[in-house]
Amino acid sequence: MAAAAARWNHVWVGTETGILKGVNLQRKQAANFTAGGQPRREEAVSALCWGTGGETQILVGCADRTVKHFSTEDGIFQGQRHCPGGEGIFRGLAQTDGTLITCVDSGILRVWHDNDKNTSSDPLLELRVGPGVCRMRQDPAHPHVVATGGKENALKMWDLQGSEEPVFRAKNVRNDWLDLRVPIWDQDIQFLPGSQKLVTCTGYHQVRVYDPASPQRRPVLETTYGEYPLTAMTLTPGGNSVIVGNTHGQLAEIDLRQGRLLGCLKGLAGSVRGLQCHPSKPLLASCGLDRVLRIHRIQNPRGLEHKDEPQEPQEPNKVPLEDTETDELWASLEAAAKRKLSDLEQTQGALQTRRRKKKRPGSTSP
Amino acid sequence: MAKAGEKSSSSWKKSLKRKAAVEEIQEAAGAGDGATESGVQPPKAAAFPPGFSISEIKNKQRRHLMFTRWKQQQRKEKLAAKKKLKKEREALGDKAPPKPVPKTIDNQRVYDETTVDPNDEEVAYDESTDEFASYFNKQTSPKILITTSDRPHGRTVRLCEQLSTVIPNSHVYYRRGLALKKIIPQCIAREFTDLIVINEDRKTPNGLILSHLPNGPTAHFKMSSVRLRKEIKRRGKDPTEHIPEIILNNFTTRLGHSIGRMFASLFPHNPQFIGRQVATFHNQRDYIFFRFHRYIFRSEKKVGIQELGPRFTLKLRSLQKGTFDSKYGEYEWVHKPREMDTSRRKFHL
Repeated sequence: MAAAAARWNHVWVGTETGILKGVNLQRKQAANFTAGGQPRREEAVSALCWGTGGETQILVGCADRTVKHFSTEDGIFQGQRHCPGGEGIFRGLAQTDGTLITCVDSGILRVWHDNDKNTSSDPLLELRVGPGVCRMRQDPAHPHVVATGGKENALKMWDLQGSEEPVFRAKNVRNDWLDLRVPIWDQDIQFLPGSQKLVTCTGYHQVRVYDPASPQRRPVLETTYGEYPLTAMTLTPGGNSVIVGNTHGQLAEIDLRQGRLLGCLKGLAGSVRGLQCHPSKPLLASCGLDRVLRIHRIQNPRGLEHKDEPQEPQEPNKVPLEDTETDELWASLEAAAKRKLSDLEQTQGALQTRRRKKKRPGSTSP
Repeated sequence: MAKAGEKSSSSWKKSLKRKAAVEEIQEAAGAGDGATESGVQPPKAAAFPPGFSISEIKNKQRRHLMFTRWKQQQRKEKLAAKKKLKKEREALGDKAPPKPVPKTIDNQRVYDETTVDPNDEEVAYDESTDEFASYFNKQTSPKILITTSDRPHGRTVRLCEQLSTVIPNSHVYYRRGLALKKIIPQCIAREFTDLIVINEDRKTPNGLILSHLPNGPTAHFKMSSVRLRKEIKRRGKDPTEHIPEIILNNFTTRLGHSIGRMFASLFPHNPQFIGRQVATFHNQRDYIFFRFHRYIFRSEKKVGIQELGPRFTLKLRSLQKGTFDSKYGEYEWVHKPREMDTSRRKFHL
């Protein structure tokens, strides 16, 4: 793929067949990048993150326990390293000043020396986080702080430069009204900017906010949404709310100040696997098992912006949207056929939905 | 009043309508009452004010009369126009313009972006490595378990029996109130490849859950229009033990492909057809019609078919990745009526 094309991709999506797709939303094209040339199921992408040094490198964690470096400038995979140890797929990837942090399903969190030549080195640090990890997330403000959580694995915050014990270990909520223990299943974790708080969404359709700064180890705020497991979560640019998605493809924006539901987004038909908001614009990219990448506008008005059908099982793991200069032509709705150029058309935004109120349908629907 | 009497008697005698109207016109012409009569036949009928429509007549019977008369006139004009067009076509012969194709919902279908292009390599790779690949590579042969919801009634039981004659290598078991999540590991241990559960409501089967076993997708269908063998008119004798052929019609989108493959993996994969039996899954407008026939070729072009076996219609409600787990499973596709059924010309399968 041409270098110029690689640079202009706004959203990067990883798929279950091992292909990394860069989607250019202006031209509505998806470009495929594979490490080996052929798609392979063993290389199913399970984790994606930006490398250090701006948004020029992407780290792709594959199902065969390799982490590949992809350069967005050149559009090629630059190198890979094998990260053995533990069982299961990668649940979290992060990079911080020359080291690579990986966490796998069985709970082995390892910090590797990120040196391309030295691929067979032993990990610098190894931590056992507990089995059944579903997510490991790095704090963007403090790169040496990570949080992990999973099924029957409570939220723990670790300082990699500190001791081997977690800095913050969350406590389960009180027994419910039948005096039964409430099960734990943390599916996704996000660090709230500007404070030390963490938000998690669980497989038992709860959204919880924890505050390590307070003496309370139990969640500070808890709300529920829907009746299906919440699988993905992202922070909105405002910083006051999160958008969560569940296994039925329902997306909801939840305000964290009060724990209220602000509104829902519609369009997805399958389980939501990846969500990412633009850092400054009110745009949300979502993808799921229904193999479609959708861009929604979160406010004024709330609705579907763009739909892309890459025809691939998207077990997408998305990577943050790039900040691009050319952003005047956002208001368009035509879904593009894969790899075909299509002209942008100015069409009205589709539907605006609220969970309880119904508004009249828009003129076009995706 | 005589006039009213005449009116009411004429209003339900069609042949007297025009006559009565004429008489009324002639009666009222003298009175100079223009608004109540029609100005069609008699030359000295009163003229209507312009912009008058039949709906403005306040008298219901009169209004109905005028409307029926208008309708008859429209029909006559339409017939005349058709005849004229036909004559013109015959006159032109070969040079006549081609007949315009009538609009149907199927040919007005909104183009679905997920329609699979036959040359698409990504989809081809995806299909060659998905859960059904081992079946299509002839590494596994299907073994089906058919069961129902708990305490089934006669219709459902008979449908299960008939289905097991249609699908080769299938076994019917009574569901003794067991949980599906407990049945599935046992099926996997006994090497079943698919599980079919027919759900019943109020003594009729109304749902079908098709779960591919080792860890494959689970499809949940709504079943309607079930006809057992004895309810099918002009049917043939019972199906034999031969393996039927399958016809999958119109599964064009990516979702349709997945479902089509699911159906195909129920039947043994054997291109040497013996026994002239065929099972058809025909998808039209998101409804899948299942039929089972026996065919015989009477000549090169002519085929005779006999319908055997049960028939039913399915509509996909959800496709879930993994085996049956409706609460915690991840769904690949869920039917959401308020979002997906807004357009009458958009279909998903």
